[in-house]
Amino acid sequence: MTPDFLFQAVVYLLAAVIAVPIAKRLGLGSVLGYLLAGVVIGPSLLNLVGRVEDVQHFAEFGVVMMLFVVGLELRPSLLWRLRGPILGTGSFQVIATAGAVTGIAILLGQSWPVAVTIGLILAMSSTAIVIQSLAERGVLNTRGGQACFSVLLFQDIAVIPILSVLPWLAHAHGAVPGEGAAHGHESALAHLPNWAQTLITLGAVVAVVIVAHYILRYVFRFVAEAKLRELFTAVALLVVAGVAYLMHLVGLSAALGTFIAGVVLAESEYRHQLEADVEPFKGLLLGLFFIAVGAGLNLGLVAANPGLITMLTLGLIALKFGVLLGIGGLFRMGGGASFLFASALAQGGEFCFVLLGMADQQGLLKSDIAGPLGAAIALSMALTPLLLIVNDRLIQPRFAKMGAPREHDAVESHDHPVILAGFGRFGHIIGRLLQANGFGVTILDNDPDQVETLGRFGLKSFYGDASRADLLEAAGAARAKIFICAVDDEARGLEIVDLVRHEFPHLRILARAVSRSHAYALISRGVMEFRRDTLGSALDLGTDVLKALGYRAHRALRATQVFRCYEEESVRELAKHFTNYEDASYISIARQQLQNFEALLREDLKRQHLGGEDAWDSAGPPKER
Amino acid sequence: MSSPAPGRVLILFAHPALHRSRINLAMMDAVQDLEGVTVRDLYEVYPDFHVEVSTEQELLVEHDVIIWQHPFYWYSAPALLKEWMDVVLEYGFAYGDEGRALHGKRVMSALTTGGPEDAYDRAGYNRFSMRELLAPFDQTAHLCGMKYLDPFILHGVNQFSPEQVTAAAASYRKRIQELLA
Ligand SMILES: Cc1cc2nc3c(=O)[nH]c(=O)nc-3n(C[C@H](O)[C@H](O)[C@H](O)COP(=O)(O)O)c2cc1C
Repeated sequence: MTPDFLFQAVVYLLAAVIAVPIAKRLGLGSVLGYLLAGVVIGPSLLNLVGRVEDVQHFAEFGVVMMLFVVGLELRPSLLWRLRGPILGTGSFQVIATAGAVTGIAILLGQSWPVAVTIGLILAMSSTAIVIQSLAERGVLNTRGGQACFSVLLFQDIAVIPILSVLPWLAHAHGAVPGEGAAHGHESALAHLPNWAQTLITLGAVVAVVIVAHYILRYVFRFVAEAKLRELFTAVALLVVAGVAYLMHLVGLSAALGTFIAGVVLAESEYRHQLEADVEPFKGLLLGLFFIAVGAGLNLGLVAANPGLITMLTLGLIALKFGVLLGIGGLFRMGGGASFLFASALAQGGEFCFVLLGMADQQGLLKSDIAGPLGAAIALSMALTPLLLIVNDRLIQPRFAKMGAPREHDAVESHDHPVILAGFGRFGHIIGRLLQANGFGVTILDNDPDQVETLGRFGLKSFYGDASRADLLEAAGAARAKIFICAVDDEARGLEIVDLVRHEFPHLRILARAVSRSHAYALISRGVMEFRRDTLGSALDLGTDVLKALGYRAHRALRATQVFRCYEEESVRELAKHFTNYEDASYISIARQQLQNFEALLREDLKRQHLGGEDAWDSAGPPKER
Repeated sequence: MSSPAPGRVLILFAHPALHRSRINLAMMDAVQDLEGVTVRDLYEVYPDFHVEVSTEQELLVEHDVIIWQHPFYWYSAPALLKEWMDVVLEYGFAYGDEGRALHGKRVMSALTTGGPEDAYDRAGYNRFSMRELLAPFDQTAHLCGMKYLDPFILHGVNQFSPEQVTAAAASYRKRIQELLA
């Protein structure tokens, strides 16, 4: 580890740690915070960072991870339902924006191939900024949010044909490809005939789907059984990196590939754990990516041509905004959703830089065009969070005031009202009961065997460690209402209860108590809704014994019910005095209490159930005295 | 629906504390062995009041005469028999346009009271006649298209001598046999 690396790490982390909390406190959102941090440490201001491009390339892995996580949250069936918006809204957006930009570029005197190139480049938006900003606002699942997501996904797919069209455009332009163009962004398959390339590319995607669907579960299980947390994290990262690399090999977008892997794994019992493991890396890398974008802002170039670049930036935003708003109207999204859609996507994106680089190599764009364009794209990205704030504060309230109905969740969300931790002998009964009654339950268990076994019987649960806040978060704890702790390990159960009480105080906790002392520990935490896991069935069997001894069924049941009341009361009463089982004073109080309770219990049982029948022989109204 | 064998009798028996019963226990014992009689000891079958509707409805369909046998508790039946009525006599099964499953069947109340016969009179301390007090049972049967037979009533049962208990049980057996014929 070189000192230089450490210095860079300190600079980036420090910038993030200072800038992001300030930006969030000012209500600007984390994305803007990262971008500003980047600008400050970038070459134009403090010049503390080395080669920004390297960092940016590395950090693009964060975007890849983000799409993996987005995929994990989207089941295939939901994606299938979005096919309309993706193909319809998505293709419309790319074609309309590219067309409008092309037209303007031709009017400004560019040759048509150059104009088309610029059009295609500027049609792209920033997946990273948009999804992060929308997720932070919690609007990804609304109509407008879904439209944004669909368009971004379509763009991800569209980059691939666009990349292959650029050389052809360069040819039409009569440009001389620059150095390195021959293998700049070409895939390892470039030497193969076209049909073979297509076949291999398709094959790779199919392979990802098949491996993710059928094989990975065995890998996950194998690794999970080692019971080492970091190993599961490693395998999660391996999946993302592996898929990304494979996609790179066949010349597809890595983000698209991991997105597909994510969607396939959305059905898997390991989904929540995968999400929890990838999430922190995704967050950090994405932050790094934003910082790099900020640092890459060539303020020198902006200062040299302030008029031109301001014009370009504002023009770009205005044009894209207009086109998007038009699409919103065309697809009848409704006012609020349309403006969210337009505000969110009216910028250039990270793909623009890739395409710019390629066009540059192909000799399509001269640096006097590519330079200002790059600056305008970066500025438009930096302005997006601001545009979204304007939308939040000035535009959306108008629609709210007009009494427009609140946006419905376009996507049936994964959120269930109940989270159940522990799907063993105890928990699975509760889970089945709730499911039989039509309640959605998110079930977690940290034993891969159990998850698999019950899965074979059609009982769906997720592998994961419920004593981790991030996993609970991924399982939807923030939106759930009830948390059931049904794990069989006393200490772990208490750990989970403490965590839930601390991190998600809104959750109502219902707990399984494994023993009397466990019950005392729950009471001391204020968790009064617990059940001792053996009490119910022991009393059931006790009822059967009473019947076997000749009690009538109803009488036996009543005797058990009376007993149960005393038992429950005695636990709650003794909890007040419990310290430990060795404590002499607890023992004497407990003994006293139990004796009292037994006496009262016997008294109660002796009470004549439905007695007094003799009084009916001559019952009259009370005699007057 | 299979048509019931004529004269088949279903006794729906409700006593929550049979271990303390004298008369109802004797009555039940007296009829249990009769061919064509099904005794349904409700508190034994449903100690937790979880009455299985479809089972009970099938039994009703298979029988021709239904007996509601119980001690008289607070001028009515013990709670489980009421629960049985509430859930088994469903709309669409027992009543309503489509509810014709019980049409033409006969129902009889068989009950025992602590109070003497003369107490069940306008002048007595219970102020109402038995027929008046049994109006809800009568009307329930009526709404379900069933004929409510003259009730079998034993009064002042807690004063019965052992011989009287035996005699009363025998008369109950005779009454059931008549219904079986
Ligand atoms: C809770 C309860 C309520 C009773 N209500 C009445 C009543 O309303 N009228 C009456 O005559 N007897 C009433 N009795 C007396 C019972 O009807 C009488 O004890 C019973 O019929 C005896 O039958 P067994 O020996 O089978 O228990 C009542 C008894 C109990 C326990």
